[in-house]
Amino acid sequence: MADSHATAVEAAVPNPELRHHFADMEQQKNAASLGMWLFLVTEIMFFGGLFCAYLVYRSMHFAALAAGSQTLDIKWGAINTAVLIVSSVTVVLAINAIQNGKAKNTIAYLAITVVLGFVFLGIKAIEYTNKFEENHVPGAHFHFTGTFDDNGKEIAVDPHQVELFFSLYFAMTGMHALHMIIGIGIMSTLAVMTWRGRFSAQYYTPIENAGLYWHLVDIIWIYLFPLLYLISRHR
Amino acid sequence: MASAAIPANQVPEKKTNYLTNGYSVKSWLLTTDHKRIAILYLISITAFFFLGGFFAMLIRLELLTPASDLMHADTYNKAFTMHGMIMVFFFLIPVVPATLGNFLVPMMIGAKDLAFPRINLLSWYLYILGGGLILHCMLTGGVDTGWTFYTPFSTAFTNTKIIEAGLAAFIAGFSSIFTGLNFIVTIHRMRAPGLTWNRLPLFIWAQYATSIIMILGTPVVAITIVLVAVERLFHLGIFDPRLGGDPLLFQHLFWFYSHPAVYIMILPSMGVISELITAFSRKRVFGYRFVALSSIAIAVIGFLVWAHHMFVAGISLYAAMIFSFLTFFVGVPSAIKVFNWTATLYKGSISYATPMLYAFGFIGLFTIGGLTGLFLATLGIDVHVTDTYFVVAHFHYVMVGGVVMGFLGGMHFWWPKISGRLYPEGWARLSALFVFVGFNLTFFPQFILGYLGMPRRYADYSQMPEFQVLNVLSTAGASVLAVGYLLPMIYFLWSLRYGPLAENNPWAAAGLEWMTASPPPTFNFDETPVVTWEAYNYDELDHLKEQKEVAVG
Amino acid sequence: MSKEHTVSLGTYLLIGTTLLVLTVATTLIAFVNLGPFNAAVALTIATIKALLVILFFMHVKYTSEKMTGAVVVAGFFFLAILLALSMSDYLTRAWR
Repeated sequence: MADSHATAVEAAVPNPELRHHFADMEQQKNAASLGMWLFLVTEIMFFGGLFCAYLVYRSMHFAALAAGSQTLDIKWGAINTAVLIVSSVTVVLAINAIQNGKAKNTIAYLAITVVLGFVFLGIKAIEYTNKFEENHVPGAHFHFTGTFDDNGKEIAVDPHQVELFFSLYFAMTGMHALHMIIGIGIMSTLAVMTWRGRFSAQYYTPIENAGLYWHLVDIIWIYLFPLLYLISRHR
Repeated sequence: MASAAIPANQVPEKKTNYLTNGYSVKSWLLTTDHKRIAILYLISITAFFFLGGFFAMLIRLELLTPASDLMHADTYNKAFTMHGMIMVFFFLIPVVPATLGNFLVPMMIGAKDLAFPRINLLSWYLYILGGGLILHCMLTGGVDTGWTFYTPFSTAFTNTKIIEAGLAAFIAGFSSIFTGLNFIVTIHRMRAPGLTWNRLPLFIWAQYATSIIMILGTPVVAITIVLVAVERLFHLGIFDPRLGGDPLLFQHLFWFYSHPAVYIMILPSMGVISELITAFSRKRVFGYRFVALSSIAIAVIGFLVWAHHMFVAGISLYAAMIFSFLTFFVGVPSAIKVFNWTATLYKGSISYATPMLYAFGFIGLFTIGGLTGLFLATLGIDVHVTDTYFVVAHFHYVMVGGVVMGFLGGMHFWWPKISGRLYPEGWARLSALFVFVGFNLTFFPQFILGYLGMPRRYADYSQMPEFQVLNVLSTAGASVLAVGYLLPMIYFLWSLRYGPLAENNPWAAAGLEWMTASPPPTFNFDETPVVTWEAYNYDELDHLKEQKEVAVG
Repeated sequence: MSKEHTVSLGTYLLIGTTLLVLTVATTLIAFVNLGPFNAAVALTIATIKALLVILFFMHVKYTSEKMTGAVVVAGFFFLAILLALSMSDYLTRAWR
């Protein structure tokens, strides 16, 4: 941990970031961290409602959901999963850099994270456009004539229930994308703040906590990918 | 208690306190002082309480006669929806946590403020934003689905302002989440030296349990509201049966929050009662560990029972049996509290100041409300009385007879600390009587009405004109109850100017909040206290007082 | 969250690589017919990936704060309750 030398320095000159209601920086940092974890739990429960809807409908209308899933392009889903994983690595590298006082590296890693975030969103835009062109967007123009390819056997499905799959698809990936956009905004802001000298090895709590948020958005996608794209791929 | 006022010739020099520390509007609207934020909440929540009460008045006036003659049935639907939405989201959920909780939590643990003061202010602004939206929604047409927003009526058929009302609830939900988050971090990380978990006031345990529910439950209703909005706006028919969707899924997701929500409402009030019972029987609480852990138990088990709101909605019988069993189970920790409070009273040195009157009222009325909850948990009975006035009476007994009584008791108890003034005890006792009598007259007849079969949410009961007598009694009771609520408003405001000045600890109560000035300074304590005593150490306190008196004598 | 030591760059890159390998694995396994076990395998891999992110990237493995672990477990536990008890309705509706 930040060693006793740093604590001695702190005691001599109070950290300008120390808020008045905290006794010391460690208490403040622990409080901020616990607060962020609690917020992440709310995000888990928020997406949890969507996962519940998914689970219910998968148990009720498996074939229809599988048929819908089979129209998604698995390569985009897999690439996006890889993009997010790499972006999580760049986030931890950014924090590692600031822990060692290397603010310039932090800015670079945060910038790469933002770029990767945009790549993710770009790929989602491509996928959404494809779905729009195939008339798979729920609503008045929805039209589905496919079947569920169950290992070679063609099983007829109710297009209404397939529309349910796409409702879930857009709701879940859309909500995830919204969280990505917010995450990109936060990371960009932190990069600018780092560039302005706001953070150092003695104080980088916001970057750490924003990193936690980013990792959670990654974890949500880690579950979305198999649930939405890999329902029944064996043919 | 007459000695609690300071004689005029001994009024101490005025030190700055949190109320006098800045008089500008900006110093209030941009404050990060948890005590000022509590006051901001107190004012806004009270306003919404009376607005919700206004809708209650409309309901009760309509029900004076069997025919739907005061308003059209559609308007009546809007009246009870607005009553429910405002009371649930803008009164009951925040009332104790955001007012008494915000004010007292840091003080009770010896801290200078909550962990995140700016987020605390944000919570209030979110509440105001949500409140503004619900007001606008109401003034431009309102909502008629009931506060429960059931699908497919709310998604596919009604033309009222669902999205705006849903957005208001969503935003208010985040206000709630941030408050809970703040409390959990504060209680974990900012307790004074020596203040171990087992020395905490039970109010803190109750707030902590409440905060757990806020964090875990509120997001689920948030996403549910989003899904309803998305279904209305973009036709993403998650709950649409025409697409193979299940309207009951909405109910599962909705009640997953809304049942634990009622524990958000009652737990803080129970925490207040623990403080009042100990203070006014001058005794340590019986079974501290059990009462503390029962709050956590209620929070956890409360998440396991939600489908008891859906027994006749179409869930499987086997699920209904599971939820019925779990619902019986959740009554146990509440019962433990009632037993332990009663045991605390035994051989206590009991006094009957107004806060204690409200505490007694709570215990009696909450017990009735809770027991009737067990009737509703029984599948066979529920089939008969669900969606009747029996249910309405049950939840008003726990919500009003429980939550509001606890809140009023707490307001009276801590008023000297909050305002530095004493309220007039005579008027306060009279109001408590009005509240108790008015409440029972309003809601007891509703148990009978429900059992006899009067459905809820009906403007017109002219097919069952024999119900009119009980309805008239209920409306009469509501008028008495209204007086009981208006009087404290008046005398609390009066006391701000004309009430006798209060000393630090007019009740000679235990607790860190009583060791600082009334009203407290902005940073609560001149020095962070170091705690070496157990909670509710009245035996020690009274022993010390005796020693002092003997020494002086 | 106090960290006892900063995690080495090597560890981060190793975990990152593992995550990418697991992504490839889950994609490829999806094309193999395992019957009802496809879902179980996919979710198991996803859970392993999530755990790696939580323990290493989010430092839960290295923190001395017990609350962090408790909060994570609580979050997933209550999500499990939502899913399990909701499914207790849907799975038993067909029962007679």
